[in-house]
Amino acid sequence: MIENIDISLIDWSRAQFALTAMYHWLFVPLTLGLGIIQAIMETVYYRTGNEFWKKTAQFWMKLFGINFAIGIATGLILEFEFGTNWSNYSWFVGDIFGAPLAIEGILAFFMEATFVAVMYFGWGKVSKGFHLTSTWLTVGGATISALWILIANAWMQYPVGMHFNPDTVRNEMVDFGAVAFSPVAINKFLHTVLSAWIVGAIFVISISSWYLIRKRHKDMALASIKVAAIFGLVASILTLWTGDGSAYQVAQKQPMKLAAMEGLYKGDAGVGLVGIGIMNPAKVSYNDQVNPFLFKIEIPNMLSILAERDAKAYVPGIADLIEGGYPLKDGRLALSAQEKIARGQKAIQALADYRKAVKDKDQTAASFAKNTLEENFSYFGYGYVKNPTELIPSVKLTFYSFHIMVILGGYFILLFIVALIMEKKKTFGQKRWIQEVALWSLPLGYICGQAGWVVAEAGRQPWVIQDILPSNAAISQLSTSSVQATFFVFLIFFTLLLIADIGIMVKAVRKGPDGLNDSNDTINS
Amino acid sequence: MESTYILLQQYWWFLISLLGALLVFLLFVQGGQSMLFSIGRNETQQKMLINSTGRKWEFTFTTLVTFGGAFFASFPLFYSTSFGGAYWVWILILLCFVIQAVSYEYQAKKGNLLGKRTYQTFLIINGIAAPILLGTAVATFFNGAEFLVHKEQLTDLGMPVISTWATPYHGLEAAFIFWNLCLGLAVFFLSRVLALLYFINNINDVNIDARCHRRLIPETILFLVFFLAFVFHLMTMSGFAVNPDNNEVFMQPNKYLLNLLQMPAVLIVFLLGVVGVLVGIIMSLVKTTWKKGIWFAGVGTVLTVLALFLIAGWNNTAYYPSLADLQSSLTIRNSCSSFFTLKVMSYVSILIPFVLAYIFYAWRALDLHKIDSDEVKSNDHAY
Repeated sequence: MIENIDISLIDWSRAQFALTAMYHWLFVPLTLGLGIIQAIMETVYYRTGNEFWKKTAQFWMKLFGINFAIGIATGLILEFEFGTNWSNYSWFVGDIFGAPLAIEGILAFFMEATFVAVMYFGWGKVSKGFHLTSTWLTVGGATISALWILIANAWMQYPVGMHFNPDTVRNEMVDFGAVAFSPVAINKFLHTVLSAWIVGAIFVISISSWYLIRKRHKDMALASIKVAAIFGLVASILTLWTGDGSAYQVAQKQPMKLAAMEGLYKGDAGVGLVGIGIMNPAKVSYNDQVNPFLFKIEIPNMLSILAERDAKAYVPGIADLIEGGYPLKDGRLALSAQEKIARGQKAIQALADYRKAVKDKDQTAASFAKNTLEENFSYFGYGYVKNPTELIPSVKLTFYSFHIMVILGGYFILLFIVALIMEKKKTFGQKRWIQEVALWSLPLGYICGQAGWVVAEAGRQPWVIQDILPSNAAISQLSTSSVQATFFVFLIFFTLLLIADIGIMVKAVRKGPDGLNDSNDTINS
Repeated sequence: MESTYILLQQYWWFLISLLGALLVFLLFVQGGQSMLFSIGRNETQQKMLINSTGRKWEFTFTTLVTFGGAFFASFPLFYSTSFGGAYWVWILILLCFVIQAVSYEYQAKKGNLLGKRTYQTFLIINGIAAPILLGTAVATFFNGAEFLVHKEQLTDLGMPVISTWATPYHGLEAAFIFWNLCLGLAVFFLSRVLALLYFINNINDVNIDARCHRRLIPETILFLVFFLAFVFHLMTMSGFAVNPDNNEVFMQPNKYLLNLLQMPAVLIVFLLGVVGVLVGIIMSLVKTTWKKGIWFAGVGTVLTVLALFLIAGWNNTAYYPSLADLQSSLTIRNSCSSFFTLKVMSYVSILIPFVLAYIFYAWRALDLHKIDSDEVKSNDHAY
């Protein structure tokens, strides 16, 4: 039995989870976004009886299906990796975290699996109404699935509705409503799903633009652009709104993440928001007095407004969070990281004392230890932290990811507005430049989504569960070489499947919709 | 509250058992894949087989995922101990299912990079390896696994991991225990028997029908050899019993036989299940125009496996015994979620009959039109 956890094991386990999650998130947004768009198109077919909309919906469904399969494959690995690579985590919070996963399986996965089969194979076998219902239920199932997994993820960022039971040595759920309806969960769900809708909309506009450039399937392309542009604009505006809500929640619950997102080392009142900035590579420590930026453009007071809804509010920086001593909202002074580590170690020692006292049947000692544990439990995870600097996430990674996400979010709003206006004026089909712009915007949707997840996950390091469990205490006891081996197996395998996925998509797009004439989109007999 | 808690623990073990039983039944998809080239002799026949199982594979996949999720939620100590410890077995099982998930959709599509034959080979690998590995993993519920659980370890700042594996092979050693492999092979041949019955029911093709009937006899014999050997071993072996007064785990002769005898309802379920499987097979062999064998054998499979799961966990039995440290063995009581969580989850489980109802409805709606050569040629969405 090894005495200390190998640091490289933690890094490789994190890398493996990140790899799987990032691959998974390449496919899920399209399922969520394109699923709604094709359902809208089929609804139009159902209401009008126009075969053109049936063929159009079927074409997008074909692309949906190619993407759907690989999304399922990566999702399977992701679910089981909680157990395979994060076994301590699975016990420590499984009582809370497992429930959303099980509910996801019962309520969402079966809905998806059942009705996706009807959606693909049910044409002509079931009634139009049942088919349409199945299409909506497929995307409904996918969205409900997203809801529960995002509730679970939000709980890791903001653990609520639980208490620690020293007898079972785990956290136990005491308030399901607090877990399911926490403000972090609601914002996270809305922000993430809406951003997925944007990916779906960009995908449709981009592929449709390719047809316009090639002068093929013009009617189908323009009709698809119209649906996707309206859908994308609504989604992107709502994403902006929920993004603001998410950022506010981060400011309240994860101030270190917010400081990293903004590269804010020294807090102040009335802090500006960095619009664009280049970070200084010479800055290597939070307290080295080196200016963190080579260049930046700030919007005055905006970070204070976003974080506290008050232009003059104080926002702590990384140094403040490590050193403590700044005033909290309740008037107390913030603890330093070192003080939190001490209290965390006190909580862990109290747990050991409690277990021993119970074994020895010493009720007085058990009661004293339990009280000490409860008094210090909110810092429990800090007890596993050896050095305060471990509490600082990668600032450059978080900063750039956040700003890429925000800038692209703004770009998408502009793109959808322009696309919608040009479609309305009947000029989208003639102007090559907007078609090219729309076509090459496709990867940007994916980059934006990935960047968002990097902010959410890398920005909260070292915490697997905020303040309660750092990654070094959440791990499975495996050899590093085992995790390295599976990492590369997954990497090679997922990359091959991604190339295959893109290859099949490209072929399917080149072939075009079945049953529609290539030049004028009349129905082929 | 204590009695309600115990009831909820038993209830959730029942649901886990039911999910496990449904999963074994749905492995007919894997069984069908494993015979892709032996039953399908030309491209059209292979296409019919792929489209037949291809419209059901997601049920198997989803049941596996839900089985994992439900285990996580209701018995998190099993989830953390087994998945984190028997790492290689679970990773292999997952990889088997990953290659399956894309293969149906990709195999016949242009631009699929690896070629049609590769994806069909993936389906065959999944068809053979998944039932054997899952059966082998389930057999550890009776034969034990090499793990240790020490909750105090959480207070060790250097090494706070509570569940550890006692061998460096991380689960692979289970495949070298004959009785584990025996159940794995029984599940594998059962999945093939079920697949043959499913094809008889689902595909309208004279050649496939005749070949499935011919194949049914050797597959049934092989299934019965391994299944009966395992059941005989199970009934005669010493089992991992739990003393309800002090939660101590100890070895008890003929524990699983006693479990059946002390729980007559489970015994009846087991016997009904075995009879159902045999009726499904024998009737299909005797009356070659009869196509309902899959339903009898399917229900029989669910009942039989359900009974086996129940005797693994109910009646004061350690369902995941530790060979490395007997007292680390997992029981329903020491590994389950809290009272509150089980209660919340139980409310959610009320929806399960509704889920089963819409699955049945959708399945039936699609299966009203049987698969034939014209159907797979004309359907734009066929695999």
